[in-house]
Amino acid sequence: MNTALPELSDPGRPSESWRERHASSIRQMRLYWHTYRRNASAMVGLVLVVIFLLLSLISPWIVPYPADATGAVHMADKLLPPSAAHWFGTDEVGNDILTRLLIGTRLSLEIAVIITGVATIVGVPLGILAGFRGGWTREIIMRVTDVFLSVPALVLAIAIVAALGIGIVNAIIALSLVWWPGYVRLVESKTLSLKGEAYVEAARLAGASTARILFSHILPNCLSPILVKASMDMGMAILAAASLGFIGLGAQPPTPEWGAMISIGRNYLPTWWWYATFPGLAIYLTVLGFNLMGDGLRDVFDPKSRGR
Amino acid sequence: MALYIGKRMAFLIVMLVGLLIVTFLISHVAPGDPASLAAGPDAPPEMVEQIRHEYGLDKPLPVQFVLYLEGILHGQLGQSVRTGHPVTEDLAEFFPATFELVTVSMLIAILLGIPLGMLSAVKQNHWFDHATRIVSVSGVAVPMFWLGLMLQLALALDLGWLPLSGRLGIMSAPPDPVTHLYLIDSLLAGQWDVFRDALSHIILPAVTLCFPALASIIRVNRAEMIEALGQDYIVNARAQGIGPFRTVAVYALKNAFLPTLAMIGLRYGWMLGGTILVESVFDWPGIGLYATQSAIAQDFQPIMGVTLLIGANFMIANLLVDLAYIWLDPRTREAA
Repeated sequence: MNTALPELSDPGRPSESWRERHASSIRQMRLYWHTYRRNASAMVGLVLVVIFLLLSLISPWIVPYPADATGAVHMADKLLPPSAAHWFGTDEVGNDILTRLLIGTRLSLEIAVIITGVATIVGVPLGILAGFRGGWTREIIMRVTDVFLSVPALVLAIAIVAALGIGIVNAIIALSLVWWPGYVRLVESKTLSLKGEAYVEAARLAGASTARILFSHILPNCLSPILVKASMDMGMAILAAASLGFIGLGAQPPTPEWGAMISIGRNYLPTWWWYATFPGLAIYLTVLGFNLMGDGLRDVFDPKSRGR
Repeated sequence: MALYIGKRMAFLIVMLVGLLIVTFLISHVAPGDPASLAAGPDAPPEMVEQIRHEYGLDKPLPVQFVLYLEGILHGQLGQSVRTGHPVTEDLAEFFPATFELVTVSMLIAILLGIPLGMLSAVKQNHWFDHATRIVSVSGVAVPMFWLGLMLQLALALDLGWLPLSGRLGIMSAPPDPVTHLYLIDSLLAGQWDVFRDALSHIILPAVTLCFPALASIIRVNRAEMIEALGQDYIVNARAQGIGPFRTVAVYALKNAFLPTLAMIGLRYGWMLGGTILVESVFDWPGIGLYATQSAIAQDFQPIMGVTLLIGANFMIANLLVDLAYIWLDPRTREAA
């Protein structure tokens, strides 16, 4: 990267390329990839996630009927069974279900990224603070976390949506508000165990500031469990948002959200079975992908858990 | 032991107060106006004002919280605009159905999960193990409401083996209420046909609801069994000529069971959350259906009531599991 001016920036050190300076991390990554690759179910997960990501990126350009995602109406084509023209059939206003599913991919991914992102941004610092500071700080943070974890996230989210009003934005806000406690619990226990490690003590004796200890020693060592949990939570957040959509509190039609599609599609069972069936399959495969990937990452980062 | 139980009870009370603070904040501090939330969407302004005054919503927040606590201690959870009944009455009416569903579902998860976990630990990496893993991985990934619809489609609508929805067929009258659990009440009354009807109605929702719990139980039990089967006492038992069934199902399972039990406690709470989705699919008249119907009608008080009830249930379930845990594990029993 900065091979052009290594001598200028640091004349005392011999010139090294980026690859040389990061040789050990590169070797570590190679080892991780080697372990991950040999795990069949983890690879299935990765493939599913990659397909899903690609679809969410390119879906606006590949869908067969782009207008159908925004609530176009062509009653002549309503409730057609799967065919060459409409692979997954059409819905009650004649929209192509495949088109709506593909466009919905991006929405689901956005929802998952926001919820998981907010949860890590809020949860990780609180967890580190609780684990590192101890005392009253820890007591207060952890008790609040316990209270939030004592009610199923979906129930609390429904209560918050009911207070804020029905809709996709409020559903995302509600799920973000209830999702962080899991990260606090995870990071707190990890920080507690890291705090006593010799290298943290050594850093402190060498005069490192608290901020430096937290950012360069504690946080990097918490990253792998956070990554595993975040991967799983991407799937769980998609599931939760679809659940809210299904019971009518999340995305509202004609937004092409998978849960909301099933919610309408159920009224057309059993005759028009394709309407509710395909969105459910999409949710299942996506969540499965993130879960398998999370499992695979855990096996890579934590060899003791392998095969569990 | 008594000291430990006392401590746990005190902790439970702290948690309950914490939960009340959370529900209070949601209902009183959320951007929506709590008085108009309580009055319902179509209430005239005078009525909103009246409610604001009646509930003390014009007073400062800490005073409001004390009033809120007082009300809850007297069993007042507000009024449902949609049903026209006090929320406590509604909850008392709908909770037994949910409790029955969750209990049957958990029983299915335990009765299937423990043997499946055990067998896949014994047959590690055998096709059986892989098949079980597919079940346990899918169990948490499949959207429960969709699975319910698909089971309805296949087993109720297509094959006609099981009823589509509800708690009883229209031909059956509910049994005399003793426990309010139809399966038990019908047995107490000796009404076999009602029992069979109630059982056939509960199978589909209970199976749908059990999958995430089943998945976790299989996973934890399998992992713990693998660990236990590698221990010296198992080798010793085998060397002494004790049969494989006894070695696995008694010696190893005993040690694998405790972590599984902890998972069961955790999953019970999550099941109470999942029941909201399943009840809405199967028109199961429990607190989950009550909550979703209230939420769609923007009837606010019932939702807070359901949230509190589920939270309290989850906390009590965890307490019971903790107590069972120390009672079952001789090491902690001695220590406590």
